[in-house]
Order: sequence, then structure tokens, then C-alpha cells
Amino acid sequence: MLPIVKATNLTKSYAKGIRALDNISISVDPGEVLVVMGPSGSGKSTLIRTFNGLETFDSGQLNVLGIPLGSNHNEERKIRRIRKRVGMVFQQFNLFPHLSILENITLAPIKVQKKKRDEAEHEALVLLTQMGIESHAQKYPSQLSGGEQQRVAIARALALKPELLLFDEPTSALDPERVNEVLDAMRRLAEQGMSMVVVTHEVNFAKEVGDKVLFMDSGKVIETSTPDIFFLDAKHQRSRKFLNQIKKK
Amino acid sequence: MKISYKEIIQALFALFLIILICVLINNISINLTRTGIGFSFNWLFRPASFALAEHPLPYSPSDSYAWALFMGWLNSLKVIIYSLLLATVIGVFIGLSRIGKNELLRVVSAGYITIIRQTPLLLQLMFWYFVAFLSLKETVLKPIGNLLSISNQGINFLGITLSAEFSSLLLGLSVFTSAYIAEVVRGGINSVDKGQWESFRSLGLNDFTGLYTIIIPQALPAILPGLTSQYLNLAKNSTLAIAVGYSDIYAINDTIINQTGRPIEGFIILLLSFLFLNLFISNGMEIINTMITSSKNN
Repeated sequence: MLPIVKATNLTKSYAKGIRALDNISISVDPGEVLVVMGPSGSGKSTLIRTFNGLETFDSGQLNVLGIPLGSNHNEERKIRRIRKRVGMVFQQFNLFPHLSILENITLAPIKVQKKKRDEAEHEALVLLTQMGIESHAQKYPSQLSGGEQQRVAIARALALKPELLLFDEPTSALDPERVNEVLDAMRRLAEQGMSMVVVTHEVNFAKEVGDKVLFMDSGKVIETSTPDIFFLDAKHQRSRKFLNQIKKK
Repeated sequence: MKISYKEIIQALFALFLIILICVLINNISINLTRTGIGFSFNWLFRPASFALAEHPLPYSPSDSYAWALFMGWLNSLKVIIYSLLLATVIGVFIGLSRIGKNELLRVVSAGYITIIRQTPLLLQLMFWYFVAFLSLKETVLKPIGNLLSISNQGINFLGITLSAEFSSLLLGLSVFTSAYIAEVVRGGINSVDKGQWESFRSLGLNDFTGLYTIIIPQALPAILPGLTSQYLNLAKNSTLAIAVGYSDIYAINDTIINQTGRPIEGFIILLLSFLFLNLFISNGMEIINTMITSSKNN
């Protein structure tokens, strides 16, 4: 079976020679949940943002859903094809504040997939029901709590029926008591077999839902292990140091 | 009751203003008595006895000064409305080019904004009138066949004739104001969170669709106040019409003051005309602003 994402020797440098991505090779199989961990500035967000073309890279190969992406910057059409099949959820939710919850979700199905409004709205309500927030359909993002907004963002990403979901620290901007409602929604998606790449600091989520943990530091992949090994008996000194740090919090 | 230091300063300042106004009124009344012409608007209904090159409604020199002024007012309104629309179209296009992905368009629009903003409007009007139109002499430019012809008589587009005076004022005001509108548009769009761009792009929307469904609606509250003040500037700058010989309200008023020797009445009419016009523009923009902000918050 072909991997959903395959990256080979991905490298990206910023000015002053700082490497955001340093020779990264990974693959994500269909139905797999890959958890990406690491200290801030380690390149985790940059990595998953290359998967849907929000970030470019300088060298290496990337293949997403069978579509090859090169390091040149002129691949607008390929990137758009990928984006129609890959959903993304951001740390700051990034809902459209001037549109209602329902409009936030139906925008892409109507504008990108050219669906009829009725059909798009019906499907959006089904997704909102799955997320447990169907009663907010007519409200605006600012009227919802952070946890509810993030669940709307997940529903919005699901509206295009993606084959891969990318999560960029989805719970980092939430109040602690709101974290679980979002993690539960993500857990249910994983149970339904959704392929996911999740950048997070949530150890319990990584342990229970993750199939693989990718640990990064300074733009490099330090270690790729199953959660059992990573959290109990990490291979690398750097990984163990990081785990001790987050346990103290 | 204790009077504070601040209150004394304010009282002194108010007193100073009252004295200043009294002196001005006194001066005017002394001068009016000395020249013996008094203060009156009866002359308005006497024949103007000068010809007008452009008049939207029938006009002849035997018509009254009031009618001539009204023609000037309509001429001003005409050039202001058309320039406002054209300046907005050019300004939005340049503003979007300035932040777009096309390198060439970005550089050209940045150059356009720089050149237009660093040179005086009067100079630009002179350029359009004397260099772009009058220097054509006998030449008639027909860039798209018989649909559009440009000569020293002005522009003829699909049978609609615009005089060289009107055309140069229209182009001068539009181009000048568009550079400022472009910067207002750019500032407004840059005020929208970058996450909104990433968000709609991640959903597979192209930049054009995202711009008008997501970015511009959120940028409008930041754009409208700046746009209003550019519109007001444009309306006031239209008085430079006199430099290219277009008969706007200011130019006609100038002729009338020369003929009647009534500068005070003339300027009062002029001031009220512009006050009225600009209140109309700013109230219109305020209504649009309220509509947009209330639909956003519901």
C-alpha cells in the first residue's frame, strides 16, 4: 500500500543559515496517526505545513496522496489539488469571523466542490452533530468558546471529505478544561480510520491514539518510535530529556 | 467655588476667540460701508452675460448668475462623481497589485504610487491638459478602431464626447487620488490576520475567491475611513479645475466675483456648496460603514 505522505530528505533553511528542516525523511500510511513532538522551534509546524503547501522547502522530495511536490515554488495547481484532499486544523482555529458557523463549513464545499447550498448545509449539519455543536449552527465564531470553535474548525476541515487531516497544536490555545472535548473529537476520527498527522504536546493523546511518535529537535528527526517505546524507553538521550521536561509541568 | 488653573486658561482662550471674531466682523462691516456696496444677494438674478463652454443643462449668457452657478455646481458634481468611481477602480487594482504574487505588477504599482504621491497635483493636471491632450495638435489617436478616439478636442468613446478640459481633470484627479486609495486598500488588507489567508488556502480556495469572500469583507472596516477622507480630498481638489479651464463652481464663482465685485457673497456661496457636497459624501460613507459593521456583528 502506498504511503499517504512520503517525504525524502526534506530541507529548508531560513536566512542566517538556520535550518527549519534538516534532511527529514518520513512516511505516513493510510489510516495511521502520526504524532509529532518536540520543543518549540524544532520545526514540527514547518514540517506539517509543507504537506499542504503552506510552506515551501529548499530541497528533497515530497509526495502527498500520490501527487509529487518539488522544491520549486511554482506548483500552485498541484498544491490546490492536494489542499482539496487534505484538511488542516490550526492552533488559533482561524475561523472566518464574519461568517456564521454554518457558512464557515459550507464555504469550501460550495466554492471549491460546486455543491448546491442545500446539500452542503445538510452535510454541514451532520458534521456539526458529530462534533456535538449542532445547536450553534447559526451563531458566529466570537459567540463560541475556544473548544467549540476548534470543533467547528475540525468540522470545516472534514467538509471536503479529506483523506488526510493535519493538526497544528490544536489544543495549545485552549483553556485546560476545554482540551478534552477537542481531543475526544480527534480520538473518534482516528477510530473511524482517518489518517492524521498531529503536532501536539498532549502525552496521553499520543499514547492512546498515536500509531507512531516522531520526535524532532533543531529541524532534525531525532527518533521515530511507537508510543509504547517512546514514552517508556525512548531510544535517544535528547528524547528522554524532553519527556522529563514536559512531565515536570 | 475654586477655579482651577485649567479653567482660567480655557476662559482666556474663549475670550481670545470671541475678540478675534468681533474684529473680523467689524473689519468686514467697515469695509462694506466704505465701498458702499453693502451686503446683498440681489445680483444673483441679474444676467451673467458670459458664455460657458460646458453646461449640462441649457444655458445662455442672458441667464442669471444663479443659473450659471448652478451649472458650475453640476459641472463640479459631474467631474467629482466620475473621478471618484475611476479613482476607486484604479486604486483598488493598484492596491491589490501591490500585495499580489506577480513580481512585475508589484514593482510597477509601487513605482506608480511613489511617482504620483511625490509630485504636486497641479503639475499633474498641467501634464494631462497640455502634454497629453493639447500637444496632440492635429493628431487623432484611435487605439481601438473607431470606438475610442483621442485628440486635442478631448475623448470620444462610443459616441460620448468628453472635452479635453473635462478629460484632463478627470484623469488628473483619478490618477492622483488612486495612488492614495491604493495605499488605503493595501493597509486594510494587511490588517487582516495572516491566519485567514492560510485558512482559506488550506480549504482549496484560490486567492481570488478567498480575497473577495474572506479578506476584503474583513478589511473593509479598516479601509472605509481612509477611503472617505480620500473622497473628500478629491472633491476639494476638483477646484483646481480652474488651472485647465474647466468651468467648475470655483472657476465660475471667480468670474462672477470679478464681474460683480462681491467677493464676500461669492465665497459664502462657495463655502456652503463644498460644505454641503462633502457632508453628503461623508454621510454617504458613514451609512455604508454602518451597514457593513452591523451586518458583521448581527
